[in-house]
Amino acid sequence: MPKLKMPRSSPSLDMTPMVDLAFLLVTFFMLTTQFRADEPVIVDMPSSIAEIKIPEIDVMTITVDDKGQVFFNIDGKETRAKVLAKMGEKYKVNFTPDEIKRFSIITSFGMPITELKNYLPKKELERKALYDVIQIAGKKGIPYDSLNNQLSDWILQSRYANPKFRIAIKGDGNSPYPTVKKVIEILQKNKVNKFNLITGMETGAAPAAK
Amino acid sequence: MSDVDTGGGDDHGKKGKKRAKKNSTKIDMTPMVDLAFLLLTFFMLTTTFSKPNAMEINMPLKDPTITPPKIAESTVMTIILSDKNKIYYYYGITDPKVEQTNFGPDGIRKVLLKRNKTVIDAVEKIRKEFEPKIEAATEEKDEKAIEKEMKVAMNKVKGDKNSTMVLIKTDDMAKYKNVVDILDEMSICTVGKYALVDITPVEIEMIKNLK
Repeated sequence: MPKLKMPRSSPSLDMTPMVDLAFLLVTFFMLTTQFRADEPVIVDMPSSIAEIKIPEIDVMTITVDDKGQVFFNIDGKETRAKVLAKMGEKYKVNFTPDEIKRFSIITSFGMPITELKNYLPKKELERKALYDVIQIAGKKGIPYDSLNNQLSDWILQSRYANPKFRIAIKGDGNSPYPTVKKVIEILQKNKVNKFNLITGMETGAAPAAK
Repeated sequence: MSDVDTGGGDDHGKKGKKRAKKNSTKIDMTPMVDLAFLLLTFFMLTTTFSKPNAMEINMPLKDPTITPPKIAESTVMTIILSDKNKIYYYYGITDPKVEQTNFGPDGIRKVLLKRNKTVIDAVEKIRKEFEPKIEAATEEKDEKAIEKEMKVAMNKVKGDKNSTMVLIKTDDMAKYKNVVDILDEMSICTVGKYALVDITPVEIEMIKNLK
């Protein structure tokens, strides 16, 4: 049999088009990406067919997790600083300018205002640990009962600071409804009768059939 | 001016012949590609494309001086959400016959579609009536105006005093997901009138007996 001779070609191939494509995609993703904000809780939202989009600015988010703990978030650095100063005044907690500055750049938080004083000076990792500590102490989440209704004050002060806020409730699918109802009642007491429920996108044809 | 080495062509005698070392113009791009794909993977995994959607809820004003509008008893349907995704429902107010269903496709949706048939048909008719008009509209402004007109007509049908009024009640065991689902069903079944209402002790007893 004659010896089969393979044509010798260089094993290195021209990668330029591939690199072009890769960088194009990198650029695209870099420009379009929006980093998920670091939330203290993971919330699994129920899905709906609703098509209204949440605006990007002037949103007040009240998160209710599956244990019925309430977290609060507003946007706007200056608004946050203003609101914290007012809340500190009301609850006689003195926040240093440094703490106020730190507060203005964090996201959602869920704890009584007295704990916030310990929370703010801490570093990222220590904050997570602090959440575990207050979880055990039963102090996680913003108090919203009638004796100590800090949630109501947060809402009130935020609305004073920025009347344009749209209020969105972000609830976990498994959170007990009475908690959400309580939050809605607090909103109504603050004369908020129009708000949004944040839901995920509808995926299946009939997800309600689960 | 510094001398630019044109790399050949000029022969200034043999003495000063500086020959640029001819390197291959190809460089190894593998590390760069590795990096590019690494970044690509990172951004693809961290990016969030779909912004969550939101439902809009309008609650009635809590003002004791305002008397709520009167509704005919025959139009009222009460839905009670309970634990384990169960739904109890009954029509009217006096002498209710409570039935049980679920969130399945043959569950509450079927009930609502049947109950709300007249409204659904009427809304569908309006849609059919307006759709050719919207398509025929040449300017965006006209299109919007017609769409608005259509919505007004639809809302009139949905808010008709003979259309079903759904009262959504929940007991303490209901999950938030159930409420979102039922609100979703309301928009799927074009129910125009519904409200989130507090459950009464009588109703708690009623569903207790059914369990």
